[in-house]
Amino acid sequence: MNTLIVSPLLIPLATLVATLLARRSPRAVTAISLAGALALTAAGLALVGLAAQGQILASQAGGWAAPYGITLVVDRLSAAMVAITGIVGTATIVFAMARDEDPARCRDFHPLVHGLLVGVCGAFITGDVFNLYVWFEVLLVGSFALLVLGGGRRRLSGTVVYVVLNLVATMMFLLAAGMLYGASGSLNMALLAQAFAAGEVPTTAHAAVVLMLTAFSIKAALFPVFGWLPASYHVAWTPVSALFAGLLTKVGVYALIRLVTLFWPDAGVAHEVLLWVACATMLIGVLGAAAQVEVRRILSFHIVSQVGYMILGLAIATPLALAGAVFYLIHHIVVKANLFFIGGIAARLTGSERLAAMGGLYARAPWLALLFAIPALSLAGIPPLSGFWAKFVLVKASLDASAWIAAAVALVTGIFTLLSMSKIWNEAFLKPHPGGAGGGSGGGGSPRSADGLQPALWAVGTLAAMTVAIGLAAGPVMDYAVAAAEQLAAPAAYIDAVVRAGGN
Amino acid sequence: MEILVSLTVGALVAIGIWMMLDRGLLRVVLGVVVLGNGVNLAVFSAGRLDGRAAAFVTEAGTPALAANPLPQALVLTAIVIGFALFVFALAVLKRSWELHGRIETDLVTAVAEEPAPDLPPQGDKA
Repeated sequence: MNTLIVSPLLIPLATLVATLLARRSPRAVTAISLAGALALTAAGLALVGLAAQGQILASQAGGWAAPYGITLVVDRLSAAMVAITGIVGTATIVFAMARDEDPARCRDFHPLVHGLLVGVCGAFITGDVFNLYVWFEVLLVGSFALLVLGGGRRRLSGTVVYVVLNLVATMMFLLAAGMLYGASGSLNMALLAQAFAAGEVPTTAHAAVVLMLTAFSIKAALFPVFGWLPASYHVAWTPVSALFAGLLTKVGVYALIRLVTLFWPDAGVAHEVLLWVACATMLIGVLGAAAQVEVRRILSFHIVSQVGYMILGLAIATPLALAGAVFYLIHHIVVKANLFFIGGIAARLTGSERLAAMGGLYARAPWLALLFAIPALSLAGIPPLSGFWAKFVLVKASLDASAWIAAAVALVTGIFTLLSMSKIWNEAFLKPHPGGAGGGSGGGGSPRSADGLQPALWAVGTLAAMTVAIGLAAGPVMDYAVAAAEQLAAPAAYIDAVVRAGGN
Repeated sequence: MEILVSLTVGALVAIGIWMMLDRGLLRVVLGVVVLGNGVNLAVFSAGRLDGRAAAFVTEAGTPALAANPLPQALVLTAIVIGFALFVFALAVLKRSWELHGRIETDLVTAVAEEPAPDLPPQGDKA
């Protein structure tokens, strides 16, 4: 049992070391990296299997009992997040096998990806506030190096913005963790939740939690602190930006969901603030996207807007709303990573990612048009794709809670998202390529053949199939999300599991 | 002692933020370091500052004059991580300076916001 809980940490860590050792042979590095990502996915699915039965797995590192040892906890939400991390990691590695414009020639990319995955998985399964900080740093170091991979003026400049703003957020988190310990004498999330529920904590601890949630809001790119995201995501190599788009902000969202449901399970002032923040995030994000003229920048702003939906679910805090947030999280990671992948393929085929210089894809690559349509329509919330169910549940939960404005904003944002997606569709797919069919005389880049893109298409096709599957089999996925939300809404079981785990 | 440390933390944070508002990126990064040290000191003071005994817990119990060692351990971790990130930031800065010849924040933002470069025609891959 213990081995399975630590496997989301051990597998990427072992893969990281193995890829470094095999550095001389790019073929071996890719094979090891792929095997590691598949093993992580398998471990995640095994955890989902256990968690689906309602167990909460908890383990104390080193066998020290709860206040001293570092706790690892896997409930339904954590298990699902680990599994989806494995899936997106695998897709990224398969996509990178196309090695299109590969800036790293495979050498540095794979170890760094697994370094990032260790941090992400660690953040999902830890039950200790300071340990969460350490995992954030681990994934941050990996993301810094991945973002700048390949170098160049634009990429370096984007990295500077990303590095400085993320460092500030991380310091806020560290300060908050220190204040929280000073005020409450514990860093274990379950014990803290117990103390909060019993009303035994001083006001300083609440202030520390507010500071911590602010730090997570920067990580999750909420309004008004999302500026770093659209300023940096578009400069990275395509597989890197897809991995970031899928996972990184969602670690922030996960941390927000975890702490708010544990510390303040009943709706209060914090939820009121989060509700308005969520509405502003949805609306500003989607409006920002409308002003952009490059594929990945449009998609970056949509990440901001979509994160707003998840926070909306958290802010309303009824079990149904939380279920909607969990479902949205699962659906969104798959869809968003896939859209970045497809944007990369489209840019490669047309020779540019500026919409003005793109075109003619529908005639040249109708299969790509189909693959784009699935996640794009899902993002906008068109039935029967996965995004429809996610939005439907959230809007219903808002209406049940009489949050009329939030429901209206969610629906309007959906319409704007559709407009934005149709902009990409019209410009990149329908209109003829400005360079003409033959090649690049007319300003933009020149169209290229689809040679060597097969691995990329496999990755994209599989993620698109998952989107359709989540949409068509929404019942079982939603059941899982509802059960996960019940665990979140009643943290007693989580606390109990951690306390019982004890030393051994 | 606590008051002195609090004032130092406040001063460090103020200096750090002041430096981060500068146009020169080197100062911004150094400001992050100063701010980071202020935060480390704040976390450190969450234990006890006047610990005069080693925090060895014996069967007799916890020594009365010992400081809480946990914040010290936390700060050690944070210092190590912070140093690694600082070195990375410096490396990125050095490379930017080599590419641009100057490192002002507005220049960096402007370069990051440049339109995406088009791919070169097929065939002449570097």
